[in-house]
Amino acid sequence: MENGFAAQITGVLAALILLTAFALLVQRRIYGLLHIFAWQGLFLSISAAVVGYSTGLRHLYISSALTLALKVFALPYILYVLIHRLKIQKEVEEVVNIPTTMLIGIALVIFSYHLTSPVRELSTLMTRSTLAVALATVMLGLLMMITRRNAVTQIIGFLSLENGLFFAATSATYGMPLVVELGVALDILIAAFIFGIFFFQIRTTFDSLDIKEMEKLKEED
Amino acid sequence: MTGQFYPAIIEGVQVATVLLAAPLLVGWVRALKCWSQGRSTAGLFQPYRDILRLFSKDIVLAENASWVFRAAPYVVFGATLMAGAIIPVISVKAPLAATADVIALVALFAIARFFTALAGMDAGTAFGGMGSSREMMVASLAEPALLMSVFTVSLVTRSTSITEMVRVLSTGPFVLRPSLAFAFLSFAIIAMAETGRVPVDNPSTHLELTMIHEAMILEYSGRHLALMEWAGMMKLFLFSSLAIALFFPWGIAGMGGWLAGTAGLAGLPAAFFFLALKLALAGVAIVFVETGLAKMRIFRVPEFLGTAFILATLGMLSYFMLE
Repeated sequence: MENGFAAQITGVLAALILLTAFALLVQRRIYGLLHIFAWQGLFLSISAAVVGYSTGLRHLYISSALTLALKVFALPYILYVLIHRLKIQKEVEEVVNIPTTMLIGIALVIFSYHLTSPVRELSTLMTRSTLAVALATVMLGLLMMITRRNAVTQIIGFLSLENGLFFAATSATYGMPLVVELGVALDILIAAFIFGIFFFQIRTTFDSLDIKEMEKLKEED
Repeated sequence: MTGQFYPAIIEGVQVATVLLAAPLLVGWVRALKCWSQGRSTAGLFQPYRDILRLFSKDIVLAENASWVFRAAPYVVFGATLMAGAIIPVISVKAPLAATADVIALVALFAIARFFTALAGMDAGTAFGGMGSSREMMVASLAEPALLMSVFTVSLVTRSTSITEMVRVLSTGPFVLRPSLAFAFLSFAIIAMAETGRVPVDNPSTHLELTMIHEAMILEYSGRHLALMEWAGMMKLFLFSSLAIALFFPWGIAGMGGWLAGTAGLAGLPAAFFFLALKLALAGVAIVFVETGLAKMRIFRVPEFLGTAFILATLGMLSYFMLE
């Protein structure tokens, strides 16, 4: 019974993570994106803690705390400071045709459900049903990186993709070994700083964070 | 003796409730809205006075209005009242509820909307036609989403009959279901659009360019207008009760649950109490949304209703994926 209820809670959290992934796809404002990204991190962290509690695996608490510190507070804060320094907070991005993007998103969710259903049959883990959501979150992060043109939003798409990977690790194998997880967390943190430097470089070279500018390779045209 | 006539009595009580309580709900929402904006209210019973006043007035008909224009108020009122007899508002034992499932219910609302739109175009004024065209645009997007959201509940309960859905949902063991949460969110968005509330339409507008529902019934007067207004109020009441029946069914009479479980007339007072409580809360929720949002540009509406469709689809998918 205890396990059944925990499975229900992870199911609800998985649904919320899927919802935030879709919200990231349609949100136009950069600060709105940051908020949704922080919420996604929070749901991820709670779900890792719930899985850790119901399976008795201690190391999941540590990765849950890491997720909470990094993805709910540190990364959104770093991105916030970046956006503030780059003075793009007022920018409302033109997103290409939101309804079409959402329909593609739905198709991706169905695709990942189909792809993971054999695994679901084989697995005996409590979290096996959330694997489809995890894969879908990865796909939706990719979709976001494809459809957005602003460099900062693409980074948020990338980080949401990483969230999906973390969730997949939790749902498929009850989390990666702690060493790997610590390494990934450090990588993400370093990546955020490097992104920051890149943003300023892109900005000084092209006067804009719109990556369309980067397609012009020659001075004259 | 009461055993024999019991279903008929229940049905009568339910129809009377729908007829009489609908203006009260509208009055409650208006009063709450006035309070939230610091205005003084016209009282909870102003909608009743409006309807009575309209009934006592004469009808002015446009010269070129055809029979469609005259028949539409009765068709709209009748279809809405029929829907009121089907939805288990206070009891699942209503005999008419067995005659139609949730798809037929959506079709009944569609009939009412179709005739309203026809009547809007019938008099040949520019505003009526504009209102009808907008209403049809909203309908074409809201209806598939409404069906999707209702089908999600059907999937969970394995039935399209509303009474069966209510029974399964309220008597089964308590399970956290993300699919129902998605379906409810989607249903709430659609209900705002279908009943002409703020993000999509403004029920109290007198600015012609923003009207949808008002534009269609602009040519009506006297008892025709009274019937149209009353049907509109019932529609708000019915969408709220349908949301309650599908997503918060605890307390509807005649189900044998621990709340209001008594099948006889004795269960009715408790059912009334829970209905009033839940509708009052629904009114508060409506006012929260309406004061928090501004009316959308008409071209943003497809995106808004598209969100509802996506949410309903996600609900259906998460039923397969997570449950």
